[in-house]
Amino acid sequence: MTGKQKFAMVILGVAVVASLGAAYISRSSYSEQFREAISAPPSARFWLGTDELGRDRFARLLYGTRVSLLLAPAAALLSTVIAGLIGGAAGYLGGRWERIVTAGVDLFLSLPWLFLLLAVRALLPLNTSPVMSVMITFLLLGCLGWAAPARIIRAGTRTQVNSDYLVQAAASGVSRWRLFWRHLLPNLRPILLAQFWISVPVFILSEANLGLLGLGVSEPLPSWGALLRELENYSAVLRNPWMLAPAVLLVIVVSCLQLLLRTEESAPC
Amino acid sequence: MVVSLLLRQARRILLTVLLGGLLGATLVRLGPGFGVDERELDSRLNADSQQAIRAERARDNNIAAFYFRYITGLVHGDFGFSRSLNRPVSELLAERLPLTLVSLGYGVLGGVSAGLALALLTVWWRAPGADLVPALLSGLCLAAPAAVIALVFLWVGAPSRWAIALVVFPHVYRYAKNQLVATSQSPHVVAAQAKGLSGWRVLWAHVFAPAAPQLAALAGISVSLAFGASIPIEVICDTPGVGQLAWRAALDRDLPLLVTITVLVALMTLVVNGLADLALATWNSTTRSAA
Repeated sequence: MTGKQKFAMVILGVAVVASLGAAYISRSSYSEQFREAISAPPSARFWLGTDELGRDRFARLLYGTRVSLLLAPAAALLSTVIAGLIGGAAGYLGGRWERIVTAGVDLFLSLPWLFLLLAVRALLPLNTSPVMSVMITFLLLGCLGWAAPARIIRAGTRTQVNSDYLVQAAASGVSRWRLFWRHLLPNLRPILLAQFWISVPVFILSEANLGLLGLGVSEPLPSWGALLRELENYSAVLRNPWMLAPAVLLVIVVSCLQLLLRTEESAPC
Repeated sequence: MVVSLLLRQARRILLTVLLGGLLGATLVRLGPGFGVDERELDSRLNADSQQAIRAERARDNNIAAFYFRYITGLVHGDFGFSRSLNRPVSELLAERLPLTLVSLGYGVLGGVSAGLALALLTVWWRAPGADLVPALLSGLCLAAPAAVIALVFLWVGAPSRWAIALVVFPHVYRYAKNQLVATSQSPHVVAAQAKGLSGWRVLWAHVFAPAAPQLAALAGISVSLAFGASIPIEVICDTPGVGQLAWRAALDRDLPLLVTITVLVALMTLVVNGLADLALATWNSTTRSAA
């Protein structure tokens, strides 16, 4: 790991710890409204000022970071599991199953990601409770983001299937299930891990785009996407540049993840 | 080889229309508001008229028949009717598609050109830290959501089509740089340098030309990326294109409109990908016969 990557790791660690300790760091909740301090500038009480409803921007940023930083990996885990099952089975079984999966993956990948997200999101209820909207957003990301990892996992499985140790194990009479679970899956772990880490920033950015379009996490629960909606008010941003804090934090965190990804990508698989 | 590739692409496009149509028809069929007709609330209609409306709607209860009609309609250019905008989808697309295609054209061309130019410059100029500025710029663009890039463009008053270019640029730059660096380290390039050929000639004839087929594959990916970015960019910059139409359809839950747009966009992406594959195959066969 290079110095830059260690630095990125520290920043990510600070962001995760701060978001988890939001209740201790910030004195107010993300939904508490201070009517006497509407659109207040930064102060010792409100480090990033308050929004037009009198809510503490710093508290909302911390809680929003928690939502985005915890749920994007959860969605990435879901998509990697789905991709592992579909791609792994396709590569392992081969033949017709592999051709069907490849066609399905091609179809999924030809649909631009945001169009697909929008189409499926529109099918689900839009006026839901904030917690339900979080679940819907990240389940959607997890369930629709499997195609690109599945293609790579299928190729990786195919390479493993033709390798000497698996051929030898099969010749020794090891059952297909045992071959898959005990011999193939552990050797696919580096690919699965790499795909997981590649998906995390993609899902963070997708949530931000969806949130800014009003189709992500619903109010009053904050997420990076929901917080970015404030930026649409250009004149307010000019007067209060600290409103850019969520965008700056988002760019820093995603940049750090991408810096770390270079290690994952170069890891032998 | 080119003919078999053409056939394979045609089969792929047909499969996409059929599967995309099935997915679309299913979404429309399962979506909210299906089977509800507000004309039934019109008190001026008598019992017979209301019965006729119900009979007309009952035809769609059979999902296979509904799918068949949906696909036949698509093939004949009947893309359905937008409930939210109360207009035929084909009319809406005819109005908005040209604007989006022009933006996409500028965005893809701008992004690909900038990415390739900076990648070439980085490979040619081998001073330490030469790639610092392009790497920082591409890293920044890659880490910012398309919606935030659009906001910046809105604030500075720049045309939104160049925001699409900034979304495409980092992907092209990183891929092209990796390809060009790998090619520049191959033995034939080292031999050309040892023979004393000029830096630009080596770069153009011995590094860029062999890597060109791989770089052509970027066209398809760029179009797909640009289409995806067009939604937030058109929404934020208030550009009346297809991306904004898709967003409005999603907010109004106008599934027939949204699904038709998605299937059409997928088709366009597939066609561009197919053309890139075809160009690659033609290039390979020409190079092989020349050798």
